[in-house]
Amino acid sequence: MPNKTFFWFFLPTGLAMILFIGLPIISTGIQSFYAQHDQVVKEVKKCDPFGCTVSIVVDQEKTSKIREEKPLGKFNGFGTYIDRNHLAIEEIGKFWNETNSFGEFVDQVTNLPFYKALIFTLTYCLFVTPNVLLLGFIIALSLNAVTRRIRGPLIFGTILPMIVTPLVGSLVLFWMIDAEGIIGANLQMLMDDPYLSLKSSKTLTWITIIIYGIWHHSPFAFVVFYAALQTVPQEPVEAAIIDGASRWQRVRHIVLPHIYPVVTFVALISLMDNFRVFEPIIGFSAEGSAQSLSWLIYDNLVNEEVILFGSAAATSMMTIVGIAILLAPVLIRTWKEFRTAR
Amino acid sequence: MRETNMKKILISLLFLLFGTSVYADCNIKSGSINILANDFPALRTFVETAKGCKGSADFKVTHSSEHNKIAVPALTANPSEFSARIAANSSIVPLMNQDLIRPLDDLVKKYGKGIQDSQLITIDGKIMAVAFMANTQHLYYREDVLKELGIAVPKTYEEVVAASEKIRASGKMQYPYAAAYKAGWNLAEEFVNMYIGHGGEFFKAGTAQPSINNAKGVATLNMLKKLAGLSNPDYLTHDSEAIKVEWESGNVALMTLWASRSGTLLDDDGDAKITAATKLTGPATVGGGNIPAATLWWDGFTLAKNRSDADAEATFRSLAHAAANKKMVADAADQAVWLIEGFKPGPKSIGVIEAVKMKAKPYPMLPQMGLMHGALGSEIVEFLQGKESAEQALKDVEAAYMSKAKEQGFL
Repeated sequence: MPNKTFFWFFLPTGLAMILFIGLPIISTGIQSFYAQHDQVVKEVKKCDPFGCTVSIVVDQEKTSKIREEKPLGKFNGFGTYIDRNHLAIEEIGKFWNETNSFGEFVDQVTNLPFYKALIFTLTYCLFVTPNVLLLGFIIALSLNAVTRRIRGPLIFGTILPMIVTPLVGSLVLFWMIDAEGIIGANLQMLMDDPYLSLKSSKTLTWITIIIYGIWHHSPFAFVVFYAALQTVPQEPVEAAIIDGASRWQRVRHIVLPHIYPVVTFVALISLMDNFRVFEPIIGFSAEGSAQSLSWLIYDNLVNEEVILFGSAAATSMMTIVGIAILLAPVLIRTWKEFRTAR
Repeated sequence: MRETNMKKILISLLFLLFGTSVYADCNIKSGSINILANDFPALRTFVETAKGCKGSADFKVTHSSEHNKIAVPALTANPSEFSARIAANSSIVPLMNQDLIRPLDDLVKKYGKGIQDSQLITIDGKIMAVAFMANTQHLYYREDVLKELGIAVPKTYEEVVAASEKIRASGKMQYPYAAAYKAGWNLAEEFVNMYIGHGGEFFKAGTAQPSINNAKGVATLNMLKKLAGLSNPDYLTHDSEAIKVEWESGNVALMTLWASRSGTLLDDDGDAKITAATKLTGPATVGGGNIPAATLWWDGFTLAKNRSDADAEATFRSLAHAAANKKMVADAADQAVWLIEGFKPGPKSIGVIEAVKMKAKPYPMLPQMGLMHGALGSEIVEFLQGKESAEQALKDVEAAYMSKAKEQGFL
């Protein structure tokens, strides 16, 4: 497609993207550099059915004046980014000086909320993405090999996990792994440990969420791979069969190279999706053991009665940077291939 | 004969149609009423009663257990989505902080007939809310189980631990204790209760500086951990509803739960044997203290500031009708501890009444308390999981709180 045609094709999408993705990101970015004004509080008498006390409230008259002058809040620069609940630069420096061994230092750092969430998010990405690719590919290959008559129902069954709303899917599994649920109770019996709980152990919770993630995302990889498999030319495959190539050799040397661009595409999308892992944490009520970056944003926005816009915005920006870093190798490679192809 | 019958029917129909408005001064002519409320039976009754007095105003209600997440954004909009918000001690604070609710003095004067002075929440001399029920967390116990094992009804958390251990040792129940320990708001609330029971203060007097990293804080955490060890291992995922289910399945013999849930525990649903053996008592004390390890709560209504005066007036009139309704209080006496005139406490109100008698403290209504509550909910989890020391957990809470308080301009 000539570049000019492409441009006109892309224009509506591009505009929509600027309007609905670009501008909100810029606004979030600006928000992340601001904190709330210093609160002006005053002592007042408060009375309720249980008696009267002297307590403090926010002085609305004075506060509203300051707010009107500077509605965005107090400029904070990178203050929110480097505070203890985010990158915690100061704290890390302190840990480095105070701790005696590297292990202790790592313990201290991973105890900070942002790094705790980052580690879970990365672990989730690293385990789920390759497994999704592998499982999706295997399912696609196997389904491609069964007779056409039963393929339809099988495909439908396979993509069910993707059709089920993530929250519902995770809730179903959540009840099954309950100490009284079918999986939970049987595991207790199998392991002969009445205190075994998939939900209370951090490691087991992580494993559960990762398995759920693989289950939920594999159908997507499968659908794309299956479509790609339909385009594999039959001649080289038949030639290979005549040459005596085994099934594995055919997959390795003909099928895989052919669908390689699609693999890159699925890997990219999966990585992006997985880096934003969120629903299973809510569905599994796993906030205690597993926090992701997206969950931190959610927590800042809704979990407290006071909404922390600055914190949420800063975490959002760092999530975007994180995705960019993760995708960089794949993107660079695609770009290079694109240039050599031309 | 026939004619008189028709007349009778007509009269009773007319009575049905206009009866309520004639008798309860509910002739609200216009305006639109939209209420945001938490979701439990007493609040549903309250809002239903208010609806009976809507006159010709438009009436909408949203009952949601996620009310805290909706409230501030919905009331910030102008005009705000809701004309009224049923709030409690803690949830009125963010509304006050952001200046989202209006003083009710004029409306109370004009339409507040029957509302008692003790129901009025005044802040700096202005009426900001009208309370209608009280709530607290207190102990529930299984009379049959305790009797069989010869255990006296526990009065302190130390006794709760001892009793639970005895029940477990007897082999009757594996996890005899339950409380809403779900990571986040619920868990933090349990900490707040236990810390207040130990006589702790959350902030250095007169400032927003945290002061929980002390011996009382450590004792609080240790007690929470002991109780957690006697609970279902999934305790970190259990909220009030989940432990209610545990109780109704007969898995639990001692439980700390909201008084407002007693109605659903003692209703006719579920195993009649368990329901009959379910007994209520006051909140427990802890660590030799006199005041209970519990906080007193009120639920009351507030009116949105960003809404027309006409809507505010209509909303106030319909809600005030419920907030001074002797009939509702009599009919729903076992749903809540009503603060409304004419309420006669029944057996289901024992918990709150005991708590008040024992001089339980109200939940702290400080502007920065929400941030502390939030920090507690996520930072003490690792201690309960045995991954860090009590001191470290408390240090983390303070640090997490301070970053948030700085961002919010409290420090």
